[in-house]
Amino acid sequence: MTQINREDVLHLAQLSKLDLSDDEINGLQIDIGNILGYVEQLGELDTDGIEPTYQVTGLSNVWRDDEVIDYGIAREALLSLSTESLDNSIKVPKVL
Amino acid sequence: MTSISDIKSRIKDKSARSVIEEIIKLANDSSDYHAFLDITASRALDRADQVDQGKITGKLAGVPFVVKDNFLAFGAPTTAASKMLENFNAPLQSTAVEKLEQEGAICVGKTNLDAFANGGSTENSAFGPTKNAFNKERVAGGSSGGSAVATALNIVPFALGSDTGGSIRQPASFNGVVGVKPTYGTVSRYGVVAMASSTDTIGVLTTNVQDAELVMSIMSGRDKFDMTTLPDFFEPNNETKSNQKIGLVKDFMSEDVDLDIRNRVNEYANKLRGAGHIVEEIDLPMAKYALAMYYIIVPAEICSNLARYDGVRYGHRASGVKTLSELYGKTRDEGFVTENKRRIMIGSYVLSSGFFDAYYLKAQKARTLLINEFNKLFETYDVLLGPVAPTTAFKLGENIADPIKMYLNDIMTVPTSLAGLPAISVPFGKDNLDLPIGVQLIGPMKSDALLLSLAKTMEVL
Repeated sequence: MTQINREDVLHLAQLSKLDLSDDEINGLQIDIGNILGYVEQLGELDTDGIEPTYQVTGLSNVWRDDEVIDYGIAREALLSLSTESLDNSIKVPKVL
Repeated sequence: MTSISDIKSRIKDKSARSVIEEIIKLANDSSDYHAFLDITASRALDRADQVDQGKITGKLAGVPFVVKDNFLAFGAPTTAASKMLENFNAPLQSTAVEKLEQEGAICVGKTNLDAFANGGSTENSAFGPTKNAFNKERVAGGSSGGSAVATALNIVPFALGSDTGGSIRQPASFNGVVGVKPTYGTVSRYGVVAMASSTDTIGVLTTNVQDAELVMSIMSGRDKFDMTTLPDFFEPNNETKSNQKIGLVKDFMSEDVDLDIRNRVNEYANKLRGAGHIVEEIDLPMAKYALAMYYIIVPAEICSNLARYDGVRYGHRASGVKTLSELYGKTRDEGFVTENKRRIMIGSYVLSSGFFDAYYLKAQKARTLLINEFNKLFETYDVLLGPVAPTTAFKLGENIADPIKMYLNDIMTVPTSLAGLPAISVPFGKDNLDLPIGVQLIGPMKSDALLLSLAKTMEVL
C-alpha cells in the first residue's frame, strides 16, 4: 500500500495551488494513499512494447484556416466576467 | 412516460406557452428532489411565444428539455454545481444547446450534478444532493443526477448530460430512463465545462429509445469549435436486423453484482435470443483493470482542465488576499469541493516527474491493451451486453466517506469510456426494493445507430 505522508500531501497541494485546511489535509492523506494503493494493481500487467493510447478518434493534425473567427462575444462581455478589470485589462494582486 | 411526440401533440392542442407553463410548474413543484439548480422560466416562455407566433420552427418546435449545469446556456448561470462558478453567466451557448434551439427546442432549466462532474451520486454538488426519482432516501446517481431525475419524474421528455466514465448511463439506470453515451467525438463539447478531455462525451437521457435517436441525430456532427469531433456518421437505423451476435460480458456478472441485476440482465439476454439474436458469454479480462486506469488517467486530465480556475479571468475570486499566489490558493480552496481537490491532487501526483512512467504512462499503455481486447471481441460480436452498475441506487451518504467504494460503482461503465466506445443504458425492470435496473449495450466505434436500433426493437417486445 502506498504510504503518503503529510509532507507529500502539502507538496501536492502546493503543486495543485490549493490552500487546504488542516481537516482536509488529514482526510486527503488517507484517501490519496488508498487510491494510489488501489491503482497499483496495474503493476500486474505486462506492458512492455505496448504503445500508450492518448486519444481514441485516430484524428490527427486537424487544422483550420488561419482566419479570425467572430464568436459574437464582445471584449467588454468577457472582461465583465472578471472580478476586477481596468482599461481593457484584468487586475490581479501583486505577483511578488 | 412523457415522450417528445406527446409534448408535440399537447402543443398542437393548446399552445407552446401553456405547455411550457405547465412544465415550469412541474419543475417548481419537484423541489423536494433538488433536480434543478435553476429554472430558466423567462427565456423559455419568451421562446414558447415565438413558437406560437411561428417565428421559431423545427423538428422540436416548443419541446422542452433541461441541461446538466455544466453546459453553457443562456438564461441562468452555468455553475457546474460549484462555488467556483456560482455566479458565472456564460457569454456563449454550447454547440449542443445551440443545435437543439435551432430545431426549436426550449431549455427550461439547469440540472444538478457532482461539482465539475466529479462523482457518481450527485452528492458532490456544492448545492446539495439530488434525490432518486423512486426513493428520496437514495441517490440520483451521477454525475448527471439532476438530468436523470428530471426525466424520470416526467417533467421533460429529454435531458442533456455528459458522460466521462458513466455519468449518463449510471444515473439513467438508477432512475429507470434511457441514457446514451455516444462514440467519443460524436457530439461537440464546445461550451461544456471540461472534465477529462480524452473521455468526455455529450449525450442524452430520455424516456424512450426513439427520442434518444432523434436528439442524437440533431446534436451529432463535426463542429469547427471542437477539433475532436468526428464527421457526422450518425444515421438513425430503422432496419430490424435479426441474428446479431451479442456477447454477454462474464466479467460484469460476478457475485459482486447484485443478484437481482444479474437476473434481469440474463432475462434481457433471453429476450434477445427470443428475438432471433445469438447471445454467448464472453471474457473481457482487462475489464477488471479499467477502474485503476481510469483513476490515473482521468484525474490527470482533471488536474489539467481545472487548472484554468484561478480566480483571475472568471469565476470565484477569494477576497482579502495580498499576493497572486495567495489568490490562486485561496480561490481554489474555496471554489472546489473535496472530491475535486482529491482528483486534482491525484492528477498532480501521477503526472509529476518520478511517478509519470509508473502511473500515467503505465495506465495509457494498459488502456491500449483494453482497447485491443474490445477490438478482438468486435471481430466476432456486433454488440456486448452487461449491467450498467453493480448495484441499484444506494442510500444517500452510504458511500460518501469511502471514495474507493464510490468509484467501484463505475466499474462497468469506465471500460467503454477509456476505449471511446458507444454504450447505452436501457431500463429493464426493478430489484426487490422496487428500484430501477439498467442493462448496458456496448458497440464498436460509430455503431451508435445500430445500438439504438437494437434497443428500440427490444423496447417494444
